[in-house]
Amino acid sequence: MATLTKQQIGTVLAKQGILIAFAIFMIVFTIANPKFLTMDNLFSVVRSSAILGIMALGVTFVVISGNLDLSVGSMMSFSTIVVLDLHDELGPLLAIPAMFGMTLCLGAFIGFLVGYLRLNSLIVTLGMLSAIHGLTLTYSGGQNMDIADKEGTWFSIFGQGSALGIPMPILIFLGLAAILGIILSKTPFGRKIYAVGGNGTAATFSGIRRARTVFACYLISAFCVATAGLIQASRSLGSQNTVGQGMELEVLAAVILGGASLLGGSGTIFKTVIGVLILGFIQNGLLIMGLEFYVQYVVTWVIIILAVWLDIAAKRGKLWSSIA
Amino acid sequence: MTGKTPVLRLENIVKTFPGVRALDGVSLSILPGEVHALMGENGAGKSTLMKVLGGIHQPNEGQIIVAEEPTVMSGPLDAKAKGIVFIHQELSLAEELSVAENIYLGELPRKSFGRVDWTTLAEKTNAILKKLNVGFDAGTRVGDLSIANQQMVEIARALTVDAKAVIFDEPTASLTDAEKVVLFEVIADLQSQGVGIAYISHRMEEIFKITDRISVLRDGQYQGTLNTAETNEEGVTQMMIGRKLDLSRNVSHHELGDVALEVRGLSCGDLYSDVSFEVRRGEVVGFYGLVGAGRTEIAETLFGLRDPSAGTILIDGQEVKIHSPYDAIERGISLVPEDRKGQGLVLGMNCRDNMTLPQVDDLKAGPFVSDGAEIAIFDQYRDKLDIRTPGWKQTVGNLSGGNQQKIVIGKWLSMHPNVLIVDEPTRGIDVGSKAEIHNLLRDLAAQGYAVIVISSEMPEVLHVADRIVAMYSGRVMRTFTSEEVTEENLIAAISGLGGDQAA
Repeated sequence: MATLTKQQIGTVLAKQGILIAFAIFMIVFTIANPKFLTMDNLFSVVRSSAILGIMALGVTFVVISGNLDLSVGSMMSFSTIVVLDLHDELGPLLAIPAMFGMTLCLGAFIGFLVGYLRLNSLIVTLGMLSAIHGLTLTYSGGQNMDIADKEGTWFSIFGQGSALGIPMPILIFLGLAAILGIILSKTPFGRKIYAVGGNGTAATFSGIRRARTVFACYLISAFCVATAGLIQASRSLGSQNTVGQGMELEVLAAVILGGASLLGGSGTIFKTVIGVLILGFIQNGLLIMGLEFYVQYVVTWVIIILAVWLDIAAKRGKLWSSIA
Repeated sequence: MTGKTPVLRLENIVKTFPGVRALDGVSLSILPGEVHALMGENGAGKSTLMKVLGGIHQPNEGQIIVAEEPTVMSGPLDAKAKGIVFIHQELSLAEELSVAENIYLGELPRKSFGRVDWTTLAEKTNAILKKLNVGFDAGTRVGDLSIANQQMVEIARALTVDAKAVIFDEPTASLTDAEKVVLFEVIADLQSQGVGIAYISHRMEEIFKITDRISVLRDGQYQGTLNTAETNEEGVTQMMIGRKLDLSRNVSHHELGDVALEVRGLSCGDLYSDVSFEVRRGEVVGFYGLVGAGRTEIAETLFGLRDPSAGTILIDGQEVKIHSPYDAIERGISLVPEDRKGQGLVLGMNCRDNMTLPQVDDLKAGPFVSDGAEIAIFDQYRDKLDIRTPGWKQTVGNLSGGNQQKIVIGKWLSMHPNVLIVDEPTRGIDVGSKAEIHNLLRDLAAQGYAVIVISSEMPEVLHVADRIVAMYSGRVMRTFTSEEVTEENLIAAISGLGGDQAA
């Protein structure tokens, strides 16, 4: 095809729209404020995106399986509070596995409701968003949680340490992304997730145990949330009950931005990582421009809408359909 | 009929998609007052041609000419405005609305303040319904109508505009014989009013009953147009598939093996009761009966989708309990389901991944899925089943019905099942692929597979089955061997007449 037709250009635009918009965005921000494109700033974006990014990795599994997870924000608050509390009660060595265990139980509960009882994931996880928040408040008695001896613990290594000059959160994010990416794209389990999300009935008719697959996706999501909570707790060594509040939407924005379809059956870990970075740079750009951080809330929503729109536009090959 | 100006003419239409030349220089003309059949195997380009005509796709080359005026169709509404109307196989009616509302949807007559003028609406609608001579009126809720009558509503909708050409896409797919007669009367009526009719169907008998001319497509290319009166089924089939078709009765001559599957007194609520039969390796057992006779439900039970209320299932003489498709597959029972797109395939996945899906756990190199093993299986069954696809990366949703069905069959064959159950093996599949699939099923039996074929097409069961289990209302009426069976005694058995109780 030597010459591109108008329609083909349209399709390319729609498919790569997010990347193109991102490139324009980067250029505008760099011109507006040269600080934007410095190594220091780039590094700080990736570091501040790591916690969100780790949660997005797990949610990618859930979304590909054709479900949603809106509980990750309040679940992350839960993990953070629990691990901080247990740190002083049991010591870090026992606190960490105990917190992982408790968070995984929450994930298993959601996985049971959505996978085995086949309840709608939007309702289940929206409810869990609220229920886990209540659980966290009950656990903490509404108090902020702080580690007593902030200087004398090795617990800070996950949030504040570094190896080879790279901050720990980034290493954990990229390491987890690599492992989960391989699981999703290379293993039979990963293939089954795509099948279940693409057509659950046909997957069942091919002998795939759908409930088990969905259950496992929520466990993975909970594992990622626990990891994110660990880093969050380790970074600040103290936390409010609401530390993860609102993150479920940002996480979802990053996943959709990466191109996973909310209908299930498509998306990759690599694309989610890209989505996380794009979101991080946009939020950072806005801050550098001097806008208040709460503008982010509006921007996150705009990005979700834009991403969903472009996804649909790419599928039908034009920006709007005449058959509305 | 020569000398008339065609109501609709297509000239040298070319439509390409990435990697595929879906239409390759198709020309066609529809004269006023004729019924013009459009035939071709699945994947021959009929649907694409209709989409070009309806403005859903724009052709890369060629022209659409309506009443001698070259036209560009911008969409289905535009096509309708230009007098080209489609009656689709899948109906698009709002079930909760009345007949009148459906017919005039979007253009309801109005009174002041935008209120609907119900009186005029009813009058206009009843006038059209009278022309169609149907037994319902403007106020009937569409959801209460039979499929056939719903189709009449679609036709009525077509008649609200000054239709020059009406295109029927497989209109009789879900109609009973009596309903077909009414449809054909309506078509004859339209014909006498000078409307040109394009008629897409796989059913030869209808084609020869009602059409004047037959145009054939093959692999996106126009093969020619025949006068119906001057040709026969064989001629058309040959044109469609480019070779001769053997439709003779198959009878197996190979030795039968052990009993692979035995079912004793199986019951499932009031869906079916006390069903017993056995299937040996090397034979095809056909299940024949009317819709609702319980055939599909038996298959679903064997495949673990329904739990039986009584009875036993034995595989190789061992009693087994099957509670899920996973269990069934473990025991070597495979099901090619009736609803290919909904149950058989993940349409958004590629060909290879669909084919290897049930055994993906066993195709490992270390902890990972082995690309090489998967491609080897795909290649083997693509060649064996003659699946036509540009490559394994092709998304299954882009294949024709026949090729999709072969992917589903390949999916199970590659696992060497003890029992292969095929529910409606050729539903929505064209003549050429149909014969291929029939031969394939026979070959499988010859290779020692135990095969169950469920079908609502009598020629199909007669053609492929060594024994036929006739069902009526959830019961096995009689089991025929291929020597005993005749069309007459089979019909008698499935209608609940005569027939000895279970053999």
